[in-house]
Amino acid sequence: APLQAKPGPYKLDEKLTPKEAVTSYNNFYEFGTDKSDPSNNAGDFKPTPWTVKVDGLVGNPKEFGLEELMKMPIEDRTYRMRCVEGWSMVIPWIGFPLAALLDQVEPQGSAKYVSFETVVRPEEMPGQKGLFQPLPWPYVEGLRLDEARHPLAILAVGLYGETLPNQNGAPIRLVVPWKYGFKSIKSIVRISLTEKQPETTWKNSNAREYGFYSNVNPAVDHPRWSQATEQRIGEGGFFSTARRKTLPFNGYGDEVASLYSGMDLKANY
Amino acid sequence: MAIVPALPRKLHGPSIWALYVIGLCPAVWSFYLGASGGLGINPVKEFEHLLGLWALRFIILTLAVTPLRDLLGINWIRYRRALGLLAFYYVLMHFSVWMLLDLGMDLNAVFADILKRPYITIGMVCLAALVPLAVTSNNYFIRRLGKLWIDMHHLIYPIALGGALHYFLAVKSVTTEPFIHIAAIALLLAYRPLRKPFLRWKKARKTVDSPQPAHR
Repeated sequence: APLQAKPGPYKLDEKLTPKEAVTSYNNFYEFGTDKSDPSNNAGDFKPTPWTVKVDGLVGNPKEFGLEELMKMPIEDRTYRMRCVEGWSMVIPWIGFPLAALLDQVEPQGSAKYVSFETVVRPEEMPGQKGLFQPLPWPYVEGLRLDEARHPLAILAVGLYGETLPNQNGAPIRLVVPWKYGFKSIKSIVRISLTEKQPETTWKNSNAREYGFYSNVNPAVDHPRWSQATEQRIGEGGFFSTARRKTLPFNGYGDEVASLYSGMDLKANY
Repeated sequence: MAIVPALPRKLHGPSIWALYVIGLCPAVWSFYLGASGGLGINPVKEFEHLLGLWALRFIILTLAVTPLRDLLGINWIRYRRALGLLAFYYVLMHFSVWMLLDLGMDLNAVFADILKRPYITIGMVCLAALVPLAVTSNNYFIRRLGKLWIDMHHLIYPIALGGALHYFLAVKSVTTEPFIHIAAIALLLAYRPLRKPFLRWKKARKTVDSPQPAHR
């Protein structure tokens, strides 16, 4: 459905990735592991009605209905998206700062982290049933509270002027543009504030390859492939792939590098 | 014990040539799809992966010739050279597409990846090991090398193992498709040490079972 939003504070002078690519080249293993599986298999998924439960170390735990979330201060946010697999896109999201939601539940002083959880619905998500399950469900992710409060971190409810397509994480997902794409968890049903660092799905699956931070970093290779360059999806062609240098923090270093001052980013990958 | 009808002898030669033509079809078709925009959003990766998959499939078929003969009595040994060479051609195309189209001939990146990424190192070693096998696959070298030829061509076993490992290490998670290919290679390799005892047992059973002549 069409979705109107006011212009946001971050501008990006890069060509948008075509909508067709943004909505048909996805990693969303709940619908299958091929890039085309999510767009092919997400037709039965029902993103409404929807509630997001926000609990944990908060003064005001609350369940947000989707209608209420859509009334948050939503705005246009065009961000680069860099997948850990070495490809990237430029996506015009519509969303609101995660901080705005966190403010409503009044985090306690002891809260240090935010954990997120994706819905489990095997009957609507074919990747969650069958013999070979690539990952354990639910998919879980997490951020440090200061990362979650950073103005760049948003909960997205739309892209390209419309509500989120199912394959992109309908009806509500996280977008953290300075981290690898898998941190931006989709179809969120629960957000909890915790004192301990939360479990994260890919770290549990292979801790050596996928760290808790997973900030985009061309200087730290994935153990099995280089992260120095990326392929911009939708640009170039069969005989000329559009490879470009990957930027530290995916080009958002000016905004976010201070979150990690004094940290060894090679050890905290 | 003939499960499939025997092919007339005069068709043996043409059927081998037909196998080369059919075997190269997936590459030609995928190339056409890729160049005409039919391989999806990321056509180069898709093409590269398809070529790698077909390389593994031809290695699997090459390894299947012997157990097929031992267990089912189907003798397709005349196709084994073509199957092995097709595997080699696909590995070569897989590598070329990676170097030329995916990395855009950035030789620094190519060498860095070969040296630093274990799965690429393994893939590269397998390609290098396939070269002498392809070169000596003709009748001249079979005659010339004799017993050495047989020993040398046993290299296909570590190459198949390397190919499976390369695939296993390259995927983010092992789903149905990688599992099936890797399991097929594992089974076909596991058969090799069992082969001699099996053939001995089969021969012994045959001698016992065969009826004795009534009169001398």
